[in-house]
Amino acid sequence: MLDAAYNRSQTVETDQGKAAGTEAAPIIEIDDLAKRFGSKEVLTGLRLSIRRGETICIIGESGTGKSVTLKHIVGLLRPDRGTVRIGGVDIFAADGQLQEIRKKIGFLFQGAALLNSMTVFDNVALPLREHERPPEAELRKRVLETLELVDMAEAADKMPAELSGGMKKRAGLARAIIRQPEIILYDEPTAGLDPVISSTINDLILNLQEKLGVTSIVVTHDMSSTFRVADRIAMLYQGKIYKSGTPDEFRKSEDPLIRQFIYGESEGPLRRDNH
Amino acid sequence: MTNWVMVAAGAFESACLTAGRALALMGATTTALGHVRRRRVEIVSQTFRASYGSLLVTFLTALFSGMILAFQTGLELLRFGQEASIGYIVAASMCREMGPVMTAIALAGLMGSSYAAELGTMKVSEEIDALEVMSIDPVRYLVMPRVVALVASSLALTVYVDAVGILGGAMVGASSFNVELSIYFRNAQDVLEMKEVWLGLIKAFFFAVSTATIGCTMGLSADQGAEGVGRATQKTVVFSFVFILMLDHLINYLTKVTGIYVGRGV
Ligand SMILES: Nc1ncnc2c1ncn2[C@@H]1O[C@H](COP(=O)(O)OP(=O)(O)OP(=O)(O)O)[C@@H](O)[C@H]1O
Ligand SMILES: [Mg+2]
Repeated sequence: MLDAAYNRSQTVETDQGKAAGTEAAPIIEIDDLAKRFGSKEVLTGLRLSIRRGETICIIGESGTGKSVTLKHIVGLLRPDRGTVRIGGVDIFAADGQLQEIRKKIGFLFQGAALLNSMTVFDNVALPLREHERPPEAELRKRVLETLELVDMAEAADKMPAELSGGMKKRAGLARAIIRQPEIILYDEPTAGLDPVISSTINDLILNLQEKLGVTSIVVTHDMSSTFRVADRIAMLYQGKIYKSGTPDEFRKSEDPLIRQFIYGESEGPLRRDNH
Repeated sequence: MTNWVMVAAGAFESACLTAGRALALMGATTTALGHVRRRRVEIVSQTFRASYGSLLVTFLTALFSGMILAFQTGLELLRFGQEASIGYIVAASMCREMGPVMTAIALAGLMGSSYAAELGTMKVSEEIDALEVMSIDPVRYLVMPRVVALVASSLALTVYVDAVGILGGAMVGASSFNVELSIYFRNAQDVLEMKEVWLGLIKAFFFAVSTATIGCTMGLSADQGAEGVGRATQKTVVFSFVFILMLDHLINYLTKVTGIYVGRGV
């Protein structure tokens, strides 16, 4: 059964590849990405292209390599094989270019990764202070506005250690979007948030896309969030993109693997090999 | 047998890797020196932290070093009736050796270890990654200010330690060997040459660069959570101590072979 599903994925993937070719030119192209840690193969030839202005959700089991994939896209990890192109530039070949490319990318870490030695305000202000150096009054205004977007303005003067997990997430999100990047990578933006805040964050993701034309990659386990924000969904399985398609295609899919994942069923092909 | 060889080879490989990283970091820090002005606030606060925070420890180590030196040399000099020379011997030993070495050891224990712990914690909690993603160079932002601050503190503290040590020696000279303070200080002043003080400061410079570089290298290459940070801290202290003494000997040796040997050659 697993094999049947696996074979199908190959055809789905190539169909998708053809479809993508006819659309707008991709802003991010990941080709044949492979990465292992020690003896553990995490990515095994991942291929994905992302069009300018689209929001793509990457879903998949815990531990399949979603965060690892995102880290390759910003050059924090180097692949054993394969390339990542952003705006046509190979980020691993170009020395010096990576710095410039990163200035156009916002990245929300799964664990927020706030600098613990400074307040929320200073954390969010950091990218501005380092790259744009606006006058103090303007800086304050922009930081507080951005914190307002994630409903964190009151916590501006708190230290990260005083925040809950969800608050850290939101502060990290504010830091990721403050310079209005062209591309935003979200690693589980709604994990650990209550439903109300989650929906605020979903709206924020949609807003950024509509108003600023941001290209977003959202890694998430939260299926309601996925169906809310995604233009396209890509499912990561065993180190490759198992299937990518529109939310509707996913919802209607008969594939047991996909059904199991999006409907959260405990019976099915997932985890059979682990347990 | 092969097992033993494998272990040795592994250790050698990791030592080379660490040395390479440290050298690369030193190079990157040198390049980052162009940003000293932009980072001045951070540099000043780090310098304050390193120097003010070490005042008490270095005071005590310096005072007792001076006292011990005066006592031991006093006992020997007494046999020749030369105890008036305690002043010079203590001053020269403090300036040339004890001052810079004691300061460096104190700073390695206090600051080198905390650099490793701080940067190591930042590394394992992805804060360093976050800086990189924001196009903020961790070397410019974190390492360079710490290296500059440690060098500045080390130079200042060395002078302070020299002075405190000489005072400690004076106390012992006066109390145990009946050397009047005025004679002690005149002797120290007359015979001590400025280049002996400079030699000490040159040592202080290299000790500080090595300690700060080791601490930051260990911190930035920490992995595997809290345990990794602990190991980074531990290695920093051990490697710094060894390097301080090795560098000390190397510098002494160089002053001799290059002919700028300081001292009277008695
Ligand atoms: N730096 C690393 N060193 C060694 N192994 C790693 C490293 N980073 C990730 N891994 C391994 O790679 C695999 C994928 O990790 P990753 O964090 O990408 O999972 P994920 O899909 O994001 O899972 P989750 O949904 O739980 O966040 C895991 O098995 C993890 O143990
Ligand atoms: Mg993850």
